[in-house]
Amino acid sequence: MTTQNQTPASKMPAAEKAPSAWQRFKDTHVWHSFIKDRVAQISLTIFIGYVIMALFAPAIAPFDPYDPTQIDIMNSELPPSWDEEMGDEQFWLGTDAQGRDLWSTILYGTRISLTIGICAVLLQATIGIIIGLIAGYRGGRVDSILMRFADVQLSFSTMMVAIVVLAIFQASFGTELYQDLAMVMLILVIGIAEWPQYARTIRASVLAEKKKEYVDAARVMGLGQIRIMFRHILPNTLSPILVISTVQVANAIISEASLSFLGLGMPVSQPSLGSLISSGFEYIFSGAWWITVIPGIVLVVLVLVMNLLGDWLRDVLNPKLYKG
Amino acid sequence: MIAFFIKRLAQAVVVMFVISIISFSIQDNLGDPLQEMVGQSVSEAERQQLRDELGLNDPFFVQYGRFVKNALQGDLGTSYFFKEPALDVILGKLTATLELVFGASLIIVFLSVPLGVYSAINPQSWFSKAVMGFSIIGISVPVFLTAIGLIYFFSIELGWMPSFGRGETREMFWGWESGFFTWDGLAHLVLPCISLASIMLPLFIRLIRAEMMEVLQSEYVKFAWAKGLNPRRIYFLHALKNTMLPVITVGGVQIGTMVAYTILTETVFQWPGMGFMFLEAINRVDTPLIVAYLIVVGAIFVITNTIVDLIYGLVNPTVNLAGKK
Repeated sequence: MTTQNQTPASKMPAAEKAPSAWQRFKDTHVWHSFIKDRVAQISLTIFIGYVIMALFAPAIAPFDPYDPTQIDIMNSELPPSWDEEMGDEQFWLGTDAQGRDLWSTILYGTRISLTIGICAVLLQATIGIIIGLIAGYRGGRVDSILMRFADVQLSFSTMMVAIVVLAIFQASFGTELYQDLAMVMLILVIGIAEWPQYARTIRASVLAEKKKEYVDAARVMGLGQIRIMFRHILPNTLSPILVISTVQVANAIISEASLSFLGLGMPVSQPSLGSLISSGFEYIFSGAWWITVIPGIVLVVLVLVMNLLGDWLRDVLNPKLYKG
Repeated sequence: MIAFFIKRLAQAVVVMFVISIISFSIQDNLGDPLQEMVGQSVSEAERQQLRDELGLNDPFFVQYGRFVKNALQGDLGTSYFFKEPALDVILGKLTATLELVFGASLIIVFLSVPLGVYSAINPQSWFSKAVMGFSIIGISVPVFLTAIGLIYFFSIELGWMPSFGRGETREMFWGWESGFFTWDGLAHLVLPCISLASIMLPLFIRLIRAEMMEVLQSEYVKFAWAKGLNPRRIYFLHALKNTMLPVITVGGVQIGTMVAYTILTETVFQWPGMGFMFLEAINRVDTPLIVAYLIVVGAIFVITNTIVDLIYGLVNPTVNLAGKK
C-alpha cells in the first residue's frame, strides 16, 4: 500500500511544491476504486449520516428521552404519524411503551450503540496490537504462549464469554448497580473478548515485515525494540488493521444489541438499539410492530453499511489477513 | 502423531482446570449457602458451627479439591430452584438444545456447500451475486431480529407456524425427549432452527466460496483441466476435497458458537433448553445450576475443539503434528 501511495509523489519534479495531503490522496488506488464503486459511496454516505445522527442527537431529537418530565404515559404505543387513525403529528415514528418519542429514542440509541461499538473496538485493537507486536517480534516461547492463549480464548465464542461474564456480574452486583455500570461493562467485555482477532492478524503481518531490510537497518542503528515495533513495524501493518476494524465495529454493535436484548446490556431507561428492540418485542404480539421493527431496521442498515465498507476495503487494500 | 495427541489432550485438561477454578470461585463468592439452608432465627454461634461442619471455613484449595472430587463423580450440587441434582437438570435440557443445534447444522450443511460451490464456479452469474448479496445481509442481521421477524411473519401474520415452545415430544431411551419424531415437534423446530442457522449460513457460504475459488486457481486443478478430465470430476472430487479442510476446522469451532447463540434463539422462542434455563438460573441466583452450566458448556467447547483438531491432524497430511515451527 505505502509504495503505491508514494509513487505519484516521487515522480514530481523536485522544484515543484510538494502536493498537499488531499492531492496525494486523490492519486491513490483507494480513491480511484472509491469513485468507481457505487456501493462503497452509498455505504460511506449512509455511515456518515449515522455518525452525524449520533453526534448531534441532542440537537436533532425533538424530545429528550432521558427527561421524565417530557414523557407522558398517555402517549404510549402511538403508531407512526402516517397511520391516519391513531398517529400523532408530534411523533413521526410513533412512541414506545413508555410514551417516549421513538425518533428521539432511536437517535440517542444509535449514539449509545455506536459509542459502545467504537470504544470496544479501540480496546480490542489496543490489547491486540500490543500482544500481536510482541508475539510476532519476539517470537519463540513468548510467541507460542501468547498465541496458545489466543487460540483458547478464540475457541470460546465471544458471545458465550460475554453472556456468562455479564450475567454473573449482574447476579452478584444486583440489577440496580449493574444498570449504572452497564455501558462500561459492555465495552470492557466486548473489548477484552475479541483481542485475539487483532493479535493474530498483526502477528502475521509482523512476521512478514520483520524480515525486511528496514527493520534490520533500524536494529543496526541501535534503536530500541519498542521503538522499532511501534514506530517502524506498526505503520506498515495499518491496512489489515483498518480492514478488520470496520468489520469488528459492526460485530461489536451486533454483540451489544444481542446482549441488551437478553437484558444483560443497556437498561430500558437508557436504551441502545438492542434494548429498544427488546422492549418492543413484548408488544409485538399486540400489534405494536413499530417499536421493534423501526429500531431493527436502523440497526441492520448500520451494520450492513459497515460490513459493505469492510468488504470494499478488503478488496482494495487486499491485506494478508489471518485465515482459519 | 502420539506426541500431537498428548499435547492436545494436555491443553484440553489445562483449559478444563481453569474453567473449574473459575466456576468454583463463582460458587464461592455468589450468594451464601447458609442463607439458603437456614432461616433468620439461627444464632451466629450456630451458624459458625454449621460453617465448620460444612467445611466452608476450610482454605480455598481444600474446598476446591472437594469440589473437583464431587464434580468428577458427577455431583455438581443441587439446584436451589428445581430441588434436583444440577447436572440432571442440565442434561435434561441439553437434549432440547442439541436438537436445535443439530437441526440448524443440517440446514447449514445442505445449503452452504451447494451454494458456496456454485458461486465459486460461476462467480459472474446473477444467482451467485444474489447469493453473495443475501449472505452479506445475513451477516448483518442479528439472530434475535431474524427470530422476531420469522415469528412475526409465519406465526402472527400467516399463522402457519407455532411461535414458542417445543410442542409434543416423544419419550426416547435414556430419558431423551425428542421433538424429531412427531409432526408437532418438527413444526416447532422449524423456525428456531432457521433462525439459528441464519447466523452461520452466510459465513459458511462465504468461506466455502473463497476457499473453492483459491483451490480452483491452484496448479493441480489446472493440470486436471489440461488432462481433459470431466469438469464434474474436477469440481467435486479434486477441488471440493481440499476446500473442505479449512471448512472442517471453522465448522468445529462454530458448533461451540452455536451453543452460545442458542441462548438468544431459546429466549425468543421460549425454547425449554439449556440457554433459556441459564438465564433463568441467573435471575434466581441459582448458583449450583449456574456452575453446572458453566462446566457442561465449557466441556462442550473443549471437547469439540479437541476433536476437531485431532480430526484435522488425521485428515490433513501436511499439518505439522509435532507443533514445530
